[in-house]
Amino acid sequence: MTLDVRMPIGVFFGLVGALLTAYGAVTRHEPGAAPTGVPIDLVWGAVLLAFGIVMVTLARRARRLKGP
Amino acid sequence: MTHVTGIDYAVMGLYFAFVLGIGVLLRRSVRTSEDFFLSGRAIPAWVTGLAFLSANLGAQEVIGMGASGAKYGIATSHFYWIGAIPAMVFIGLFMMPFYYGSRARSVPEYLKLRFDEKTRGLNAVSFATMTVFSSGISLYAMGKLLNLLLGWSFDASILVAAGIVLAYILLGGLTSAIYNEVLQFFLIVFGFAPLVFLGLRAVGGWAGLSARLASAASANGYAPGAYTHSWAFMDHAAHNPVGVEWFGLVMGLGFVLSFGYWCTDFLVVQRAMAANSMTAARRTPLIAALPKMLFPFLVIFPGMIALVVTPPASPRAPSAQVAPAPGTIVTAPAAPAGVVPPKLDPATGAPLRDARGRVVLDYDLATPMLLLNFFPAGLLGLGLTALLASFMSGMAGNVTAFNTVWTYDLYQSYLRPGAPDAHYLRMGRIATVAGIAISIAAAYVAASFNNIMDFLQLVFAFVNAPLFATFALGMFWKRATGHGAFAGLVAGTLAAAVHHGLSLPAGASVGVKGGYLGVLATFPSELAQTFWTAIVAWVTCFLVTILVSLVTRPRPEAELGGLVYGLTEKPRDTVAHWYERPAVLAVGVLGLTVLLNVVFF
Repeated sequence: MTLDVRMPIGVFFGLVGALLTAYGAVTRHEPGAAPTGVPIDLVWGAVLLAFGIVMVTLARRARRLKGP
Repeated sequence: MTHVTGIDYAVMGLYFAFVLGIGVLLRRSVRTSEDFFLSGRAIPAWVTGLAFLSANLGAQEVIGMGASGAKYGIATSHFYWIGAIPAMVFIGLFMMPFYYGSRARSVPEYLKLRFDEKTRGLNAVSFATMTVFSSGISLYAMGKLLNLLLGWSFDASILVAAGIVLAYILLGGLTSAIYNEVLQFFLIVFGFAPLVFLGLRAVGGWAGLSARLASAASANGYAPGAYTHSWAFMDHAAHNPVGVEWFGLVMGLGFVLSFGYWCTDFLVVQRAMAANSMTAARRTPLIAALPKMLFPFLVIFPGMIALVVTPPASPRAPSAQVAPAPGTIVTAPAAPAGVVPPKLDPATGAPLRDARGRVVLDYDLATPMLLLNFFPAGLLGLGLTALLASFMSGMAGNVTAFNTVWTYDLYQSYLRPGAPDAHYLRMGRIATVAGIAISIAAAYVAASFNNIMDFLQLVFAFVNAPLFATFALGMFWKRATGHGAFAGLVAGTLAAAVHHGLSLPAGASVGVKGGYLGVLATFPSELAQTFWTAIVAWVTCFLVTILVSLVTRPRPEAELGGLVYGLTEKPRDTVAHWYERPAVLAVGVLGLTVLLNVVFF
C-alpha cells in the first residue's frame, strides 16, 4: 500500500488538537467554556496534538526505514 | 435543541475533508477487482485488526450500548466479555486458516468451496439483503438523532452522509473503507474518553456511581448491586435488569449469537481477508479483541452515568426533568433520572408512563444527552464527529460487504460468469452506488413504516441464528455434506421463526414481538426470548445437518484439502517475536477477559 494510514490520522488529529488547544486557550474564561470546571478543550486539544505528532513521526520513520 | 457553533462545524468539516482525501489518495491503488474488494490482500495486521473492530462499531453499537448501559448497567458488558471476545479468539485461532487459506473471496464463496452452489446462493442472497437493509436502518437512526438533537434536516443529514460514504468507497474501495474505519476507531476513543472522565468526575468516581446506581436499582426492585455487578445476580432472570439467567446468557449470547456473528459475518471477516499474510489474518481478530474488551468503559459507562448524574450548572442541553402529564397521578420518581429524557407520546407530546405511573425513559438518548450536557463548544464538535463517524463507518462496512457478495457470489456466479476482471471491477462500483441507493430508500421506509423494519430485523435474526452450526460442522467434520448444510440452514431458520411465534416476552403484545402462532411460553424479557430462539435454531440446524449428511454422499477427501480441519496443513506462524504468535495473543486476550469478569463479577 502506498499510503501509510498513520499519516492522515496523525495530520487530522494534529490539526484538530491545535484547533481545540487554541480555542480552549482563547475562550477559557468565557461562560460555558468549562461547564464542569475543567478547561477540557485546552487539555484534550493538547492530548490530541501530541497523539497526532506521534502518529506522523511513526509514519515518517517507517517511510525512512523502508527507503525510497 | 442544542446550538452547534463554528468551532464544532470546523472539526466536522475537517473530518469530512480527510475521509474524502483518503479516498482520493488511494484512488490509484485500485487497479483490479481484488484491489477494490479485498484491498489486494496487502494490509498489515494492526490496521485490519482495528478495522475488524470498527466495522462493527456502527451507530447501533455506540448509541445502543449506551442505552443498554442506562437500562441494564454493567451487565451490558456481557455483549463484549462473553458475547464477543471468546468468538473472536476462536475465529482467529481455528477458522481463519480455512477462510484465508482456501483463497475464498467471501464467506459465501467458502460455503461454495466446502459444500455446494445452493448453500452459497442461500447465504449470499440472505447476507446481501440483510447487509444493505442494516445500512439503511443505520442511516435512518442517524438522520433521526441529528434531527432530534441538533434540528438538522433529516433529508440533508442522510443524503450528505451517504454521498460522502459513496465517494470514498468508489475512489478507494475496501482499502478506503478500512483506513476510514481506523480513523473512526481513534475518533471514538478520543471523542468518548473525555466524556467518561468528566461524567465519572461528576458522580464521584466509580464509588459514587455505584452508590447512585444502587439507589436506582433498589427503586426498580433489584438488589443494590444489580447495576454494577455483571454475574452476581444472574442466578435467576428476575434478579437482574437484563431478565436473563446465566445458562440462557452463556449459551444464547455467549455461544450461538456471538459465534454466529463474529465467526461467519462477512462484514467483519472481509477485514481479515484483506490482511497481507495468513498470520496477519489470524492475528486480525485477536488484535481487535484487545481494545474490544475495554470498549465497555467507553460506550457503556456513558449510559450508566447518564442515568444518575446531575447535569452541570449551565447545561447546553435541555433538562431531562419532566412535568407531570395532565390527568396523571403523580408518584415519587423511581430513581434519579440523570440526563436521560423521557419518551414522549407522539400524539400528545406528553411523557409516556408505565403501568406503575413511572416515567418511561428514552434510553437511546442517554449517551447523546450526556455529550450535550458535559462537552463545551469545540469538544462537542469532536464528540458529534465521533458519532457521525460511527454512523458512516457502519454504513461503509455494510456497503463494501454488499458490493463484494453481489459481484462475486451473485453476479459472477449466476448472471455473467467468465467476464474480464475489469468488468467485475466496474460492476463492483455500480453495486456500490446501488447499495447506497437502496440504503437511502430503506432509511425512508424505516421512517414511514417502523414496524416493517422491526419485522425485517426479526427475519434477519432467524437467518443468522443457525449459521454457526453450518460453519462449525463444515470446518470440523469432513462427513458434513452440501445437502446436509442446506437442509440444516433452512430447518434452523424455520425453527427460529416457530419458537419466536410460540413465545412472548412478559408484558408484550402479540405481533412482531412474538406469539403469532399462539403463546406456549412467556419469557421474562425480550433478550431472554432472543437468546432462547437462537439456541433452538442452532440446535435444530446442528442436528438436521448431521442427520441429512449421514444419509447423503460426502465429497471425496481429496477435494476438501484447505477447507476442513484434519485435511488441512497446520498454519505456520511468520512473526518476528514470540509474543506476536496468534496462540500467545489468544492466551493473553482470554486471561484479561477473565480478569475483567472477576473484577466486575
